[in-house]
Amino acid sequence: MWEYSDKVKEHFLNPRNVGVVENADGIGEVGSMSCGDALKLTFKLDENEIITDVKFQTFGCASAIASSSALTEMMIGKTLSEAEKITNDDIVAFLGGLPKEKMHCSVMGQEALEKAIACYRGVPVEEKEGEIVCECFGVTDLEIQRALKEHNLSAVEDVTNYIKAGGGCGKCHERIQELINEFKGHEPVIDKKPEKLSNIKKIKLIEETLEREIKPALKKDGGDIELVDVDGSKIFVKLQGACSSCSAAQITLKEFVEKKLCEFVSPDLVVEEVS
Amino acid sequence: MNTIYFDNNATTCAAPEVVDEMLPMLTEFYGNPSSMYKFAKKAGDRIHEARQRLADILNAMPEEIVFTSCGTESDSTAIWAAIRANPEKRHILTTRVEHSAIKNMGEYLSHNGYKVTYVPVDSRGNLDLDYFYDHLTNDTAIVSIMWANNETGVTFPIEELAQKVKQRGIVFHTDAVQAVGKIPIDMSKNNVDMLSLSGHKLHGPKGVGALYVRKGTKFSPFLIGGHQESGRRGGTENTASIAGLGKAAQLAAVHMEEENTRVRKLRDSLETGLIDRIPCSIINGDTKNRLPNTTNISFEYIEGESILLMMDELGICASSGSACTSGSLEPSHVLRAMGVPFTAAHGSVRFSLSIYNTQEEVDYVIEKLPPVIERLRAMSPFWKGPETECEIKS
Ligand code: FES
Repeated sequence: MWEYSDKVKEHFLNPRNVGVVENADGIGEVGSMSCGDALKLTFKLDENEIITDVKFQTFGCASAIASSSALTEMMIGKTLSEAEKITNDDIVAFLGGLPKEKMHCSVMGQEALEKAIACYRGVPVEEKEGEIVCECFGVTDLEIQRALKEHNLSAVEDVTNYIKAGGGCGKCHERIQELINEFKGHEPVIDKKPEKLSNIKKIKLIEETLEREIKPALKKDGGDIELVDVDGSKIFVKLQGACSSCSAAQITLKEFVEKKLCEFVSPDLVVEEVS
Repeated sequence: MNTIYFDNNATTCAAPEVVDEMLPMLTEFYGNPSSMYKFAKKAGDRIHEARQRLADILNAMPEEIVFTSCGTESDSTAIWAAIRANPEKRHILTTRVEHSAIKNMGEYLSHNGYKVTYVPVDSRGNLDLDYFYDHLTNDTAIVSIMWANNETGVTFPIEELAQKVKQRGIVFHTDAVQAVGKIPIDMSKNNVDMLSLSGHKLHGPKGVGALYVRKGTKFSPFLIGGHQESGRRGGTENTASIAGLGKAAQLAAVHMEEENTRVRKLRDSLETGLIDRIPCSIINGDTKNRLPNTTNISFEYIEGESILLMMDELGICASSGSACTSGSLEPSHVLRAMGVPFTAAHGSVRFSLSIYNTQEEVDYVIEKLPPVIERLRAMSPFWKGPETECEIKS
């Protein structure tokens, strides 16, 4: 059960200004059936560009209906340039707050308003700038960056709550995460845990790495290496040839052999020499 | 205003007899059943009795019942037990419409080295049996298929599937949380290896469930601890709830006939009452292979949460497959798997009845719901009045 403010409940149960204004001066339609919510906003102006009538039709949940109703209440009596300044945060404040999972409902209101005003002014709704990140909801990277900055968001889920990007098939999650990382100035987080190796797989991989990466380098200096045993993350090896008597043998083991094995087999390996 | 509770697939009220059975376990017989003295034996005896009662409703042996904390624990236990018992096998076969207890477990395992195959369903929610048989492999560690779907009530041919699976030597588990107590289940006549059930879906308490484990099934515990439940589930027994679950099972066996006659009739009358009065509404799911208490109806062009909240104002409790949680507006995975169009999937409502419901309540809903749908449709940009073309046809 969502925790809705009394004002949200009131506007949901008794929505104001439902319907369509006849011969509207501005019409703004956003959302779609497949998206799960949609809003059609229509308004009429007097000669001073004051909004005298405004109506809405909404397909969506309680907060979508309440946000639309609130928006119409806020618009009425305002001049167009005043109405233009209404943001989704204003809608949320008017309603006494919305659950964070429902913030996108207020954003839908703001978008419909922008479209309706653009329609009145006869300006084509500006082609969205930037590259579309979320195909499901047509959200661009610039919009995501704006949401990150304005609302100080730090998780994909928050982005979805605010502007719906990522709320459908989920294909765009990785890209949204990249934008979050960029915003936070981080390197992309690679959330890939190393695969847990069985003992046999591990030993095979160690042998392969020795053959491919390590032995040829040692052999160049007249040395060699032999795998003696593997115990959990400990690898016991024996240095041979020139390496066995080399004063820098420990450095070779730690700085070269161990590092290569950590890189190609598993990051937790420790190499020890047995005589 | 009285509450009309039509959400019994979510949870049920504990039957008064169940509460009577439970109370003394908290006050009089509070001994720890693992203790050595006589006083504790009284608690142990009640657990023993509950086990027998549960075995009776399933026509199983009492030693085949393992008490757990819920249906989800039973499901997880079954899956872990099967994959631990067959460590060389890396494949799991389940369906696209499972409860999240299995669905999310499948997702977890698929990220951890297992291949999980999800059997699709048709538009009526029936399993694609050819697909099912085609995807059983020698690498399959367990097949897990629900007995009845929680959202639509559609039942699957578990006996037939379990028999085929058994012939291949594969473990068969069923999540029967919605089925137990509503339709007859006879473990002596099928080949199901493990079956999950939950107390609060059959007028028992919340926080208790059970897993039926057929004698001879390889098993390793999920909760490792003391020797309770013959070493199959560590942890001090939830004695009051176990006693309550036992009583609930006994009552469910008694009420099963009523469930399949009177409750079924109530459900049918609710369903036809609503469908007849509300244009562009349709029943989701096969109406033949279905639990007697469940109906899932879509009201086109409006959204489920709005319907639920308006019904709530009228004192009616039901569920919606479209929760609009977070920005994710994807409707129920069950309805999407059935290919229900978006126009309908968003506006679906599940009504699930119980023996405590009456015809008066059904009549009240039939009277009150149509104006709610009409109000919401009047607000919807997609509803064009009575001339609106229904996208779905029954
Ligand atoms: S592309 Fe973003 S949710 Fe599908």
